[in-house]
Amino acid sequence: MNDALLNELTQREYQHGFVTDVETESIPAGLSEDVVRIISKKKNEPEWLLEWRLKAYRHWLTMEEPSWARVSYPKIDYQKIVYYAAPKSAKEGPTSLADVDPELLAMYEKLGVPLKEREILAGVAVDAVIDSVSVATTFREKLASVGIVFCSFSEAVHSHPDLVRKWLGSVVPSRDNFFAALNSAVFSDGSFCYIPKGVRCPMELSTYFRINQADTGQFERTLIVAEEGATVSYLEGCTAPKRDVNQLHAAVVELVAMDDATIKYSTVQNWYPGDREGKGGIYNFVTKRGKCLGKRSKISWTQVETGSAITWKYPSCILMGDDSIGEFYSVALANNYQQADTGTKMIHIGKNTRSTIVSKGISAGHGQNTYRGGVTILKSAVGARNYSQCDSLLIGDQCGAHTFPYIEVKNSSATLEHEASTSKIGEDQLFYCMQRGISAEDAVSLIVNGFAKRVLKELPMEFAVEAQKLLGVSLEGSVG
Amino acid sequence: MTNVNIPLLEIRNLHASIEEDGTEILRGIDLKILPGEVHAVMGPNGSGKSTLAHVLSGRPGYKVTQGTVSFLGKDLLAMKPEERAREGVFLAFQYPVEIPGVSNNYFLRTAVNAIRRHRGQPEMDAMDFLALLDEKAKLVEMEEALLNRSVNEGFSGGEKKRNEVLQMALLDPRLAILDETDSGLDIDALRIAAGGVNALRDGTRGFLVITHYQRLLNYIVPDVVHVLSDGRIVRSGDKSLALELEAKGYGWIEKEAAAAAR
Repeated sequence: MNDALLNELTQREYQHGFVTDVETESIPAGLSEDVVRIISKKKNEPEWLLEWRLKAYRHWLTMEEPSWARVSYPKIDYQKIVYYAAPKSAKEGPTSLADVDPELLAMYEKLGVPLKEREILAGVAVDAVIDSVSVATTFREKLASVGIVFCSFSEAVHSHPDLVRKWLGSVVPSRDNFFAALNSAVFSDGSFCYIPKGVRCPMELSTYFRINQADTGQFERTLIVAEEGATVSYLEGCTAPKRDVNQLHAAVVELVAMDDATIKYSTVQNWYPGDREGKGGIYNFVTKRGKCLGKRSKISWTQVETGSAITWKYPSCILMGDDSIGEFYSVALANNYQQADTGTKMIHIGKNTRSTIVSKGISAGHGQNTYRGGVTILKSAVGARNYSQCDSLLIGDQCGAHTFPYIEVKNSSATLEHEASTSKIGEDQLFYCMQRGISAEDAVSLIVNGFAKRVLKELPMEFAVEAQKLLGVSLEGSVG
Repeated sequence: MTNVNIPLLEIRNLHASIEEDGTEILRGIDLKILPGEVHAVMGPNGSGKSTLAHVLSGRPGYKVTQGTVSFLGKDLLAMKPEERAREGVFLAFQYPVEIPGVSNNYFLRTAVNAIRRHRGQPEMDAMDFLALLDEKAKLVEMEEALLNRSVNEGFSGGEKKRNEVLQMALLDPRLAILDETDSGLDIDALRIAAGGVNALRDGTRGFLVITHYQRLLNYIVPDVVHVLSDGRIVRSGDKSLALELEAKGYGWIEKEAAAAAR
């Protein structure tokens, strides 16, 4: 294919690579019990939470960083990371947008998250987390009027301690894995969302995460609980400045759905991916899991992963309630020297539980994209069903796509389907588009979006448009 | 609108080979198409018919080693494929390509707007475009369902070719190259496709109709017929030449050409 064109297309620059000059308060780099205590103290946490953190920390010390994923990176020195950084002005915690540092608001504006406008025009409630601290949560009064709690995690610890204590670690235990344990020890903030019985959340809830400080790790923790018959749709977006050194992001997300509850969780991940030579970028090691605790409950994960130097992420569903449903829709893109190892686990426990997996991997440049998925049907899961579809699209001949599906069935009444395909953006397809007057760049974007359509249409409308653009931009310079 | 003194397309001594192995396919083509003319290019398999279409439209994989092509006075060979398309060169593909997940409707609007931008016209919104699409779809008897399906995916041979003619109608080219549009078509599909092409003959648009069989030329009646053999045009004539070829085959003309070359 036309190499020059391909190169030009795959090499568009990261657009969120600016640094905002906000006064920050941070603690020295390094991790110890003292650091865990400092974080807990800074957040004025109750004793039980400090104990929970310390337990996680002590366990983490005994654990080894996992090495089974198909990613390679130099050893991380956990003593060189800053585990807490907060914009100074937010120390007291803003109570309304008026209290938020205007520099910060300007930064979110630049990112395309105009909090004020979102609040007024879009009717999307936004929680914005910069470095370690939640800086603003919009629309909370309106949500509170129907009994919904949507606030920063640290705030929830004080305002709704019983809920937090009941559910924290109930889906992802603090000892679950290396990164989850680390997060449990040092998590600084995140979002908390509670939808009471029978309430349909009247708007999309969303959190924007932003790493601003150098050498800072971001360890946010999100917890969403949907009570019986409740429905909520939640979206998170992420960006970070361009930096030459790698930065660590190890988040934990826990979802709980009771009888007849539905949680839809969408992610548009655009952390800084590193430069064309693979220098810098975010290490994105994230544990996301939902528990369909109730009958007929449903948890649906949709992710568009375009950023990060390394992505290690498997949003999963534990289908405990009878007739519960788990879904995973994913588009993962690895361009230049990005490595993505992502997928899901569907664990069928209840009767007639159903799961759907649709994974679309796009590899370009020297990118390596791995789908890793597990479907487990336990003995109790009579009549369980799973449908999996994993497709890979290759752009150019330096990249790779890998698929590792694991299937474990202990009940003979289960039905499983698995489809997989690998294709390459063909010269034929590109030429066909170009002969119709469409530029090579637009043609790649068109073909890739067509490939990812099945997943993109699961996103809330306005974010689908954003995701489409992001796919196009992330691939600029990749035609080949 | 068009200055009749400027040829639409003028090919001079065009030589082209396959980039990969250097095999020469076109060995000196000369061809001039004036506005409004329909030229047919016929010839046996391997004579270079499709290569000519590919080289004119800028498909990668070929190398022009000699000669010039001017399109409305501009150097066509210096343009990128998408620029040629925007300037008004349209190729109806022999094997239209499938693009999964991209609706035909959206694809066509993207193409129309790329060309409108180039012409300095405002882009069409979805509503205006739908109206235009409806109108043009009638020309080739295209059902609405096909407009909403992914580009060419699961289309029958006839549907794909009709889709090509539909695109031609929407993109409003100055020169349309039809690469074996009749191949794989039954008689009804052929009639519909040809009807669409004839509706676009407006006295200024030019056509280069590449075909293996005379059959298509019963429906799209050419002004000039060229016979291509071994990368050269060995004979040109009016539509009766096509009938003669149909009756006698290509053999005699190739022999004549060989004799003349001696």
